[in-house]
Amino acid sequence: MHKNSGKKENILRNSAFQTIIASLLCIVLGLFVGYIVLLIINPAGAGEAIVAIMKNFLYYPSAAAATKYLGTTLVKASALLMCSLSVLFAYKVGLFNIGAAGQYVVGVGACLYFALRFNMPWYVCLIAAIVTAALVGGISGALKAYFNVNEVISCIMLNWIGLYSVNMLLSQVKEQSTPYTKALASANKSALLPNLGLDQVFSKNEFVTLGLPLAVVMALAVWILLEKTKFGYELKATGMNKQAAKYCGMREKRNIILTMMIAGGLAGFGAGIFYLTGIEQWMVQQTAVPAMGFNGIAAAFLGGLNPIGTVFSSYFIQHITSGGTYVDKTMYCTQISDLISAFIIYLCGFVLFFRLWLNRFLDKRDEKSGRNGQKGGKA
Amino acid sequence: MLLLIQYTLIFASVLVLVALGGCFSEHSGVVNIGLEGIMVIGALGGALMMKYVPAGLAAPVVILLVILSSVLIGMLFSLLLGVAAIRFKADQTLVGTALNLLEPAAAVVLVRAINTAESVDNVSSTVAYGTAKKAFIVNIGRFEFNWFMVIALLLLAVSYIVLYKTRFGLRLCACGEHPQAADSVGINVYKMRYAGVLISGALGGLGGLVYITAGVSEWKFENGVAGFGFLALAVMIFGQWRPVNIGLAALLFGLFRALSNVYTGFDALVALKLPSTIYNMLPYIISLIVLVFVSGKSRAPKAEGIPYDKGQR
Repeated sequence: MHKNSGKKENILRNSAFQTIIASLLCIVLGLFVGYIVLLIINPAGAGEAIVAIMKNFLYYPSAAAATKYLGTTLVKASALLMCSLSVLFAYKVGLFNIGAAGQYVVGVGACLYFALRFNMPWYVCLIAAIVTAALVGGISGALKAYFNVNEVISCIMLNWIGLYSVNMLLSQVKEQSTPYTKALASANKSALLPNLGLDQVFSKNEFVTLGLPLAVVMALAVWILLEKTKFGYELKATGMNKQAAKYCGMREKRNIILTMMIAGGLAGFGAGIFYLTGIEQWMVQQTAVPAMGFNGIAAAFLGGLNPIGTVFSSYFIQHITSGGTYVDKTMYCTQISDLISAFIIYLCGFVLFFRLWLNRFLDKRDEKSGRNGQKGGKA
Repeated sequence: MLLLIQYTLIFASVLVLVALGGCFSEHSGVVNIGLEGIMVIGALGGALMMKYVPAGLAAPVVILLVILSSVLIGMLFSLLLGVAAIRFKADQTLVGTALNLLEPAAAVVLVRAINTAESVDNVSSTVAYGTAKKAFIVNIGRFEFNWFMVIALLLLAVSYIVLYKTRFGLRLCACGEHPQAADSVGINVYKMRYAGVLISGALGGLGGLVYITAGVSEWKFENGVAGFGFLALAVMIFGQWRPVNIGLAALLFGLFRALSNVYTGFDALVALKLPSTIYNMLPYIISLIVLVFVSGKSRAPKAEGIPYDKGQR
């Protein structure tokens, strides 16, 4: 019925458009709250600090430096994109993969161990990261499918188990004097991902590698898998109603396990394309799971749970996270960005209500204008 | 051995408090995955109170003030979940997760802001409690008795009575089992759910306070509470949402957690020559195994996690 009632409403009723509006609102509100917090801490530099967070690499006046740090932000964003795809993929199948963080950690452990202990080339390390992380994801899936264990809790437990195990494992390949693992560039050059000339594009930023385009390709692949294949359809059906899926002859247990394995594999892939660039070394005394996996949740929901949307939202989340390092440290700390992105996730919880409200508002308006139209017709 | 008992009891107290918090919230029909975050923020409330409380006050007053500030802060922040999940029908897992990220980040930002304001060079996220912490501890011989152990036990008993013997508790459970039926006999489901979430905030905040005062005199807020909120949820599931079972489950988990602190005191365990990391992992591994055995025939409140909509039948 609404389809006939004028072209103006159509764009507001479009669900993709609604999602984009909702996400933009979340971002604006999130930044606003961040600004308020900055004001409370110290009113003097709040404006400057929030601008620094939003500017990120543009902080550098020279174009070459800015391009270089754009590259670094992109590399981090590509890992974040994989984590958010992992969360998104599981969520589409009705599972909340809070374990992306732990699967990511296990991926780091596997790829660095293969690179530093066995001196393997990069593709073997990358595959090792994917497979190991997929197995860890699979554990959560199997526990859910066969023992009805809540996947959120099993994922959290596996996050901590994974963190401690990886610390233990990577202690074998760490530098003598520091708690960091050996640098790939000196210990095993073949484990570094090939640059494919991309480093030249970003003012010789040697960390920009094959991983960057691969991450975008994976986003497309996830979209195709979920939207265009029978397998993806089955997975989503299992997520909507497990019993119905079983009744229709789908193997619902297998689907749950496979989903978590794919989600884990995606997170592991993210770990591989980040750590195999040599951009960071693992610190084996780490006492907290890295934030990458948790930020992935933010990016997945901010992107409206659409693989293509997450490409942009991952970049945004990473942009403000990196931007946090440029705030004036005599007044504020870098965690202000974490606060902003956490608040953005919180706001994402309201998106459903926002869309309901918007549709109801539009219905009312249509009703009114419809009535007015009739009146006008009679007179 | 004495040390092991002491640590077991204190960690079990934490788990009992937080698990009871989760229990109240889930019985009202709201899944509170954000307990971890609530613990951190409640701990912060208590820690700041300990830091700023005047030195001369009598011990009971100090105890009361510190507990009150933890509880109130915990309740305040649990409202973030309550409003989103009850009024706005948000996805409870998503909002809970957001709280788990939001509250530790807020705590770190706040503590660092305070530290930096005190001296520009101090960028740590540590709060030292000063002398106020002594109010909680009574030394009986070599055993460090902590008032929180009694408080946890008392609250366990109170929870049992409230949940099973009072009108409020039974109504609360009705809202988690079948909110439509509860509504049809005149119970305000929304109010009950707010009550459940607020109680979980109070208990979660208190649990956080107990956790950060267990054996240390300062806390680095960047570390959060190391998954304890989730261990408490595992305890709650192992206890099948019933207070007495939760108490027993908490003792078991507390024991494994305590082992990682004091295993060096046991010759038999040292002789095994396991790396200390194994002991750190132990509580998490045990909880996974336990969950495998108890989740199958779960007695979770039937309507938990589903937003209540008056219009839906």
